[in-house]
Amino acid sequence: MINASMRQVWLAVLKRDLRIAARRRSDALNPLLFLLMVVTLFPLGVGPGPDILARIAPGIIWVAALLASLLGLERLFKDDFQDGTLEQLCLLPQPLAFTTTAKVMAHWLLTGLPLVILSPLLALLLSLPMQGWWALALSLLLGTPALSALGAIGAALTLQVQRGSSLISLILIPLFIPLLIFATAAVENASMGLAVHGQLAILAAISVLTITLSPLAIAAGIKMSVN
Amino acid sequence: MWRWLHPYAKPEATYRLVEKLLPWFAALTFISLAVGVIWGLAFAPADYQQGDSYRIIFLHVPAAIFSMGAYAGMAIMGGIALIWQIKTAEWSIPAIAPVGAALTVVALLTGAIWGKPMWGTWWVWDARLTSELILLFLYIGVMALYFAFDDARTGAKAAAILSLVGVINLPIIHYSVEWWNTLHQGATITKFERPSIATSMLIPLLICLAGFLFLTISLVMMRLKNEILRHELGRPWAQQELEKN
Repeated sequence: MINASMRQVWLAVLKRDLRIAARRRSDALNPLLFLLMVVTLFPLGVGPGPDILARIAPGIIWVAALLASLLGLERLFKDDFQDGTLEQLCLLPQPLAFTTTAKVMAHWLLTGLPLVILSPLLALLLSLPMQGWWALALSLLLGTPALSALGAIGAALTLQVQRGSSLISLILIPLFIPLLIFATAAVENASMGLAVHGQLAILAAISVLTITLSPLAIAAGIKMSVN
Repeated sequence: MWRWLHPYAKPEATYRLVEKLLPWFAALTFISLAVGVIWGLAFAPADYQQGDSYRIIFLHVPAAIFSMGAYAGMAIMGGIALIWQIKTAEWSIPAIAPVGAALTVVALLTGAIWGKPMWGTWWVWDARLTSELILLFLYIGVMALYFAFDDARTGAKAAAILSLVGVINLPIIHYSVEWWNTLHQGATITKFERPSIATSMLIPLLICLAGFLFLTISLVMMRLKNEILRHELGRPWAQQELEKN
């Protein structure tokens, strides 16, 4: 089904988004710094004891990751919407649902992947046991693509809304709940030395389902706004 | 089937139909709720374990069931609105969402009131309670999205897409919350087993269920009538309709 021209377009969209992000580094960095600061707040709030920190570390890191992923979402399609790029994407012979996956991929490379790389540091800060951090990294690796895909739905639906970022959070947070549940369960099990394959498999399944179905909703949302 | 459904793509035809059906549904609501609630609250036998406080299920269970039913109905209407671009289906989304949200709130409040004497606390992070709360959040999201747009058609489409996304996610959320709860809590008070219900309690409960179904439909119809009139204000038939009242 996927021919050469589709691949070309997909790569072109991806490269363009990455290049734009490279020109505006602070936009890509801010969510990560936000995450680091939120994580820093918790030891100050609940006390620095390693026991309690290790106990709540998976929850803190994942909640912070969810919040950080919401930060830049409003910008995901808005600049392209305002300068007409999105209209051009709609006019392409390639289906819009397909080309948007390149934008989702770029978003994941800029927000999800750095989180995975950052996770050992976060685990260290919250004194998560050693056997826990690889499960944390894996859960982030498997779960954050779904965050980007769901986030893109929120961004596409609120394209025409002025100052839509609070609305995006309102829409998306309920949809993020299953990811949070299975990811934190995986990390908790790993730090207790139990098997985590089940949770990670479900997490991967949710990601696959979200990545397959969300482009339809994203494309419908974009088409609704770009007439 | 299409020959029967097609005329209702025209708002006026839907308005007439709703106007014709509404009194019947209102009457059915009144009768079944009066019979069901009075029977349930006054005449059904008291529970041997829970005493009289179990009687709140005559409101709680129907509200909880139709809070979910209303969401399914809203998602079906959203699908119809997106696929066939039928305006009345779009308007039924803002008609259904607040009713569904209100039912969710009723279910949560009655659940809390029942939980206080039974579990000793207003709120526990029980799987069902948590899913119901998340359902409320989903309703709030749909309503907030609908009202965020200046253009009502775009708002309705966005809300339709979101309600479809939500309906795919609801089972995932429900089962993940159930799984989360059994993992974290084990055998606590929430493991409370409700004894299977006796016939003398079941009949009033079923009547109450029917009453809430008719109530939901009647409320949605009333709101839909208003929505149709509000969107069709410029049309002559709507003007006449307003002058008539």
